[in-house]
Amino acid sequence: MYQYDTYDQSAVDARVEEFRDQVARRLSGALSEDQFKPLRLMNGLYLQLHAYMLRVAVPYGTLSGQQMHMLAHIARKYDRGYGHFTTRQNIQYNWIKLDEAPDILAELATVEMHAIQTSGNCIRNISSDQYAGAAADEVADPRPWAELLRQWSSFHPEFSYLPRKFKICVIASAEDRAAMRLHDIGIELVKRDGVLGGRIFAGGGMGRTPMIAPEIKDFVAADDLLSYLEAALRVYNRHGRRDNIYKARIKILIHEIGAKEYKRQVEEEFAHVKTLGIDPPLAEFDRIAAFFAPPAWEQGLSDDLDLSDPDFRLWVDQNVIAHQTPGYAIANISLKPIGGIPGDASADQIDLMADLATRYSFDELRVTHAQNIVLPHVKKADLYTIWQALDEAGLATANLDLISDIIACPGLDYCSLANARSIPLAQKIGQRFADPERQRDLGELKLKISGCINACGHHHAGHIGILGVDRKGTENYQLLFGGSGAEDVSLAKIIGPGFSEDGVVDAIEKATDVYKALRTDGERFVDTYRRVGMDPFKEAIYG
Amino acid sequence: MGDPLTFRTDGAHEEPAVTLDSFLDQSNATAVRLEPGEDARALLPYLDRLALVEVAFPAFRDGRGYSAARILRESGYTGELRAQGDVLVDQLAYMRRCGFDSFAPEKPLDPAVVKTSLERYEHPYQATIDGRAPIWKLRHG
Repeated sequence: MYQYDTYDQSAVDARVEEFRDQVARRLSGALSEDQFKPLRLMNGLYLQLHAYMLRVAVPYGTLSGQQMHMLAHIARKYDRGYGHFTTRQNIQYNWIKLDEAPDILAELATVEMHAIQTSGNCIRNISSDQYAGAAADEVADPRPWAELLRQWSSFHPEFSYLPRKFKICVIASAEDRAAMRLHDIGIELVKRDGVLGGRIFAGGGMGRTPMIAPEIKDFVAADDLLSYLEAALRVYNRHGRRDNIYKARIKILIHEIGAKEYKRQVEEEFAHVKTLGIDPPLAEFDRIAAFFAPPAWEQGLSDDLDLSDPDFRLWVDQNVIAHQTPGYAIANISLKPIGGIPGDASADQIDLMADLATRYSFDELRVTHAQNIVLPHVKKADLYTIWQALDEAGLATANLDLISDIIACPGLDYCSLANARSIPLAQKIGQRFADPERQRDLGELKLKISGCINACGHHHAGHIGILGVDRKGTENYQLLFGGSGAEDVSLAKIIGPGFSEDGVVDAIEKATDVYKALRTDGERFVDTYRRVGMDPFKEAIYG
Repeated sequence: MGDPLTFRTDGAHEEPAVTLDSFLDQSNATAVRLEPGEDARALLPYLDRLALVEVAFPAFRDGRGYSAARILRESGYTGELRAQGDVLVDQLAYMRRCGFDSFAPEKPLDPAVVKTSLERYEHPYQATIDGRAPIWKLRHG
């Protein structure tokens, strides 16, 4: 894992003091709420329905046991004993007091963490593949690239007042586990003639106008990457729309002028920017990469597993993924127990996951965009012990990528933008499909719920997506089919008129019945839907 | 409005700035004002005779002026570069890093807070035209 040097630490410490000063000026009245708002947002502090919400950055979703313990400590001391892991691989606390926020940031800084640029119209936390450094299919570890981008984007003087927020994702596998093409800029690391570089996509996003990012550059070498991104951002900063907040994301600019014209402008700007000498030397990349060197794997480990305990076997089948090193595995911890709140974990659970990481996973954890936690490097021989500890803590739900592994936004229970509640609906769907056998029979089925058109719950990318709207004062849910945030990226389509909360659960059940009747061998729900189209589903649901 | 806050040894330029349109129409003005939607690159042929470029910030949230400033400095402009309008103390450090060297805020700034804000971050991560060594350079000499 990356470790701060004195430069990194002093920047984060300075930020804490800056924010302490800004909060003091706000409390004294020297700053108006209008002036304070963008400053607190750039430190992750939102004003929600009931309280302030603090979003803490987990850069590219990677954190240590010590950092995870700190997240538990903050949940206990400053919140109500729990935290909420987000689709941006971060964590949010929903019950924060403004005057305590600087103290929280100070505590985070002691473990090399912060809330810098987790909100605001700036470059947000860089997201990445949760299996980075562990996945069997990666061409390289994407995290050194993500860390390079974290430093470049932190306190960027030119790009802190962009037209709108800006999200960047870096992956390094053909299999996309991070919804890369639904980011403002997506980077897929590829090898060309033995040299590693980035394939660049731009203008993706969800929100009220979902778009899949088109490719704008097939290869950018490592030592050109920052210049290239600087050029891409500058074109956006200068020409992105600022007349309408809903048309201000880069996807609208690229949609309006076309990917080809955007690319032409970026190339022209790049030709200029590249002369300025803003790219760090490769020695800096190497310095960062050294922190992500593979841990000292034990050699000669057995790949055998004793699967005689049937519950353990189910968990292994569903939640454990192949590792790049013999004898090791990637263990997913589902934060989606049946009837629970997707992405929530109690302080005790967070502490337990931290302890397991320290003991069994080279002190590393990952947060996934699907709001789960990963122990990336565990010995297969330790899996049973880990599972027992998770099971005792209510963390061993064996439902990764199944219908109850739901992404849901906080919805109307917390969010001031929401039109409908997401959490109770997620709980109802989980309960309806609670039978593990039934879920496994339905196979991979990514269900995603947003409580408003801003799409924080990624409903456009759901095999089944649900969008909560407000219809004449009542919560109403629209159903969408056929989306994907993976390498088969696609946008889901609304199937017809909306439903009540119970009605939408019934409709999903009918859709899964249609799938079971029509599927061919090995077809997932989304494959069947793509093959047969919407009609058979509509007929069953509305007919 | 009082004298602009300057970080230049030659002080603030006193000639009032004209609009970009009128600047491009006449040959003798040495001070021009850029609105957020105007293209800083239109000034590149005239950098030698310009003594002041005033970049308007009608609302602090509109960050186009940061790019305008960097483009001018990156192209060799050495005259006064002034941020005018809704210029707040919490934006000053970034503006300095983009090449602004004078400020004409609509609402007066507290000099003590200005000083603290500008000195807060010892080293920047990015290389910009302000000449400060980025952290990566300090790391690798």
